[in-house]
Amino acid sequence: MMTTFSYLGLLYQVLPEVIVVAAALCALSVDLIFLRTAELRLRVFVGAALSLAGCIAAVAWILHDPQVVNDFDGMLILNLVVQRVQIALLVLTMLTVLIFIGSTFTQHVSEYLGLILLATTSMMFLVGTQNLLVIFLSLELLSLSLYVLTAFNKRSVRSAEAALKYFIFGGISAAFLLFGFSFLYGLTNSTNLVGIAGGIHGSPLDPLLIVAMVMTLVGLGFKVAAVPFHFWAPDVYQGAPAPSAAFIASGSKVAGFFIFYQVMALGLAGAEGSSIWHGYTSGWVPVVATVAALSMVLGNLVAIMQSSVRRLLAYSAIAHGGYMLLGILSHTDQSLSALLYYAITYALTVVGAFGVVALVEDATGGDTLADFAGLSRRAPVPSFCMLIFLLSLAGIPPLAGFFGKFYLFSMALTSTPGILGLLWLVILAIAMSAVSLYYYLKVLKYIYVADPATDAEPMRVPILRQVVLCLIAVGVVLLGCAPNLLLRWL
Amino acid sequence: MLAWTIYISFVGAFVLMLLPKRAVRMARILALLTAIAGFAVTLEGFVQQQTGELATITRVSWVPSLGVEYHLAVDGISLTLLLLTGIVAIAGVLFSWNIEHRSKEFFAFYLALIGGVYGVFLSFDLLLLFIFYEIAIIPKYFLIAIWGSTRREYAAMKLALYSFVGSAMVLVGLIAAYVVAGAKTMDLVQLAQFPFPVHFQMWVFPLVFVGFGILAGLWPFHTWAPTGHVAAPTAASMLLAGVVMKLGAYGCLRVAMMLFPRGLDAWGFHVLGFGSWREVFALLALIGIVYGAMVALVQRDFKFVIGYSSVSHMGFVLLGLMTLQQIGLDGAVLQMFSHGILAGLLFAVVGRMVYDRTHTRDLTALEKMDLSKAIPFAAATFVLAGMASIGLPGFSGFVAELQVLIGAWRAFPLFAVIAGVGIVIGIAYTWRAMQKAFFGTADHGAIVTASPLPPISVPERIGAALLLGASITVGLYPQVLLRVIVPALHSPLFDGLWKGSGR
Repeated sequence: MMTTFSYLGLLYQVLPEVIVVAAALCALSVDLIFLRTAELRLRVFVGAALSLAGCIAAVAWILHDPQVVNDFDGMLILNLVVQRVQIALLVLTMLTVLIFIGSTFTQHVSEYLGLILLATTSMMFLVGTQNLLVIFLSLELLSLSLYVLTAFNKRSVRSAEAALKYFIFGGISAAFLLFGFSFLYGLTNSTNLVGIAGGIHGSPLDPLLIVAMVMTLVGLGFKVAAVPFHFWAPDVYQGAPAPSAAFIASGSKVAGFFIFYQVMALGLAGAEGSSIWHGYTSGWVPVVATVAALSMVLGNLVAIMQSSVRRLLAYSAIAHGGYMLLGILSHTDQSLSALLYYAITYALTVVGAFGVVALVEDATGGDTLADFAGLSRRAPVPSFCMLIFLLSLAGIPPLAGFFGKFYLFSMALTSTPGILGLLWLVILAIAMSAVSLYYYLKVLKYIYVADPATDAEPMRVPILRQVVLCLIAVGVVLLGCAPNLLLRWL
Repeated sequence: MLAWTIYISFVGAFVLMLLPKRAVRMARILALLTAIAGFAVTLEGFVQQQTGELATITRVSWVPSLGVEYHLAVDGISLTLLLLTGIVAIAGVLFSWNIEHRSKEFFAFYLALIGGVYGVFLSFDLLLLFIFYEIAIIPKYFLIAIWGSTRREYAAMKLALYSFVGSAMVLVGLIAAYVVAGAKTMDLVQLAQFPFPVHFQMWVFPLVFVGFGILAGLWPFHTWAPTGHVAAPTAASMLLAGVVMKLGAYGCLRVAMMLFPRGLDAWGFHVLGFGSWREVFALLALIGIVYGAMVALVQRDFKFVIGYSSVSHMGFVLLGLMTLQQIGLDGAVLQMFSHGILAGLLFAVVGRMVYDRTHTRDLTALEKMDLSKAIPFAAATFVLAGMASIGLPGFSGFVAELQVLIGAWRAFPLFAVIAGVGIVIGIAYTWRAMQKAFFGTADHGAIVTASPLPPISVPERIGAALLLGASITVGLYPQVLLRVIVPALHSPLFDGLWKGSGR
């Protein structure tokens, strides 16, 4: 088969990834060779500048030379959608790096940035493939980077504990995923998603296929923190350094959902089944529907009880994962576009929210609700940004979160033409988002209504951080008011 | 031109946020100017609009892939409510002249709320309408939670959650309608002409009606209203009772009844004596009228009296809608206007004129203060507002409630009689509150208020005159509004409502 094989050609096709890796190496070597004795601020600044430059160069290259590629039986797939998701991932990485500037939790600046860039590379590979092997490899590279990023605050016990938890859960779920993948390969003799779909098409549901499906679902469900595979999320969100948490909650979510969609909708096409009301047939759709319903209910209800804002964001992330699963189980082209719109705007919002949480932690040393008391008097601009982020998460128009929900839910209903088959899930989702307003408003109540502690002074917020937060907030408002800006891309 | 009401309000809110913290006076004046500008634009639109028929203001494609448009249009019903919003907005700023605590934020939230309300009344795209409807929720929360009084955080959260649950129900109905129509459009005019299957309308109609009805104070989902009104600062109470409750009623009419008219048809069977949603909601409205009035009769807190009276008066709006008679619907829309003005005025008297001076709303405490001597202007205003509110001829309440009652008499004679009883109880509670609060039997000389109460200020006088003037104008010459309301209700949009089976 492989008569002509050009490594140079391959490198050219994955040039954006190569650029990002090169940026990671540059950041590492510059920091370790030239800046060993420089002060921390300078090292952070130089490292961040190099990382940003790498990401910008990669985005510029993708925009400059868009490619349509399908190499080696689906191992490398590039098309418009994939490349746009890659751009979104790079932008999210840049925002994470920008939020990292000014952090003091670590001395190992370049290692931290290098890992973030490596994780970004793996995400870019992850979304650019339809092959089980490459999916697994990229997922592992991503997960390993994320474990280390979680543990990076060596002064915090929580950080280490969270990383260990994440690692153990992640290891087990990777085993499940690999097991599932090997079954899929055994059943269909193909590692290509399209090939797998061809192999299982038409045959009735084989018990082996069911095992493979469930195993795969466990592995991917862990990646997107869906109930009941969500146990790592609250601890990681709480323990990890703020930029790592933001990264895990944003970029890795987008990539995870994209590949989840690919595996289910492409690879297991033909084994969907159906979860419409009174029209249940077995397949992966009813499983995903159950997981989605559980995530929405549990995530939202448990979030109500939280007093730590990070844990609250974690449970709300589980709930949002539940909404996004609706996009997967309706698996039409339009629902992919709705899913991506939702995932990207959600990721953007969450990065911003963690940016504010990081600020508050720097000033007060904690992330409980009480630490946010009277924030609007101490730091008006970040408070207003947080207002926008949380309201967007709650789905209040005209912010991006509302339009995302509307689009996602209406596409879920459209996916069963003629009957409103998924209405029960949509009703559940909307009802649960009404619940979510309660806990988001609770945070905002502390920020805007509660009085600050008597000894509290106005907070000193670095200009750069304010600018980044405002940029994200403007993005959230803009994407909500003019969703077309993003929609015509997806 | 009318679209500028929305933009002016939001720009005003934005500019206010940028003001320095100390510029209290500037914030007030800016807010007042913004409110006046909004009103002026509305008035100009009202004068220009001779017929009350549907006129498009702006229509541009917004999200082409979903067929959502930025479509603003106006008809007689919207015009009436826009006018109401403009008047109450100005009065609200005037009655908040004494706000010193975080005043620029107060007025920023206030104007954002006003902007959302204008937006709802002008939207003719279903999604756009919903967006403005939800925009109005958040400022309400902060207005109450930050500047409110009695149990403000509880009341604010309750209000926000009730509103949000209501809008969640509306959202379900809206998405379902969008998908079922399958025409990739959210245009109200087009959707109103789409023949939704009857069995679909039968479940969507009550869902959407209750969703909006929650905000209109539909019994038994009204409980946010009294607590919210009582906790809110004066201007927010005025807006809540004056215009926000009208958002709900407007939604019931404009969305639920206009899009899903067959939902009002007879079911074809009877459950507990009910044969259609129409009867169910008419009964709920009736219970609201009588229950609200009876509860108002036994309140000790002055503001709770007005809070429950709002539930009672909004019952007339909903009852009027359910009559499905021309005269009943005219009355309902007129009652929206009338109650908006009068509730605003009553809350202004209680919250600003009385409470801010005496620092109590307890009727037994007020009884001893001899307020009719101390602040005669407040007493006179309350007497007039009370007279208007119980429906004496010459005020707007009379024309509105009379029309509703006539409509109800034709549709449900028994209900009309009971609603009449509700009016009588209304006289009783207004009388009782007036008696106790202003004309109490003070033991003369025994308790002389330590320091004389500050006199009624000029802004308060202007605000009161504005609201009373509006009520009397409509009361003496209702045609000024009816000439635009009647043609609007006869437009093709409401054809389904008039032509439904069995009507």
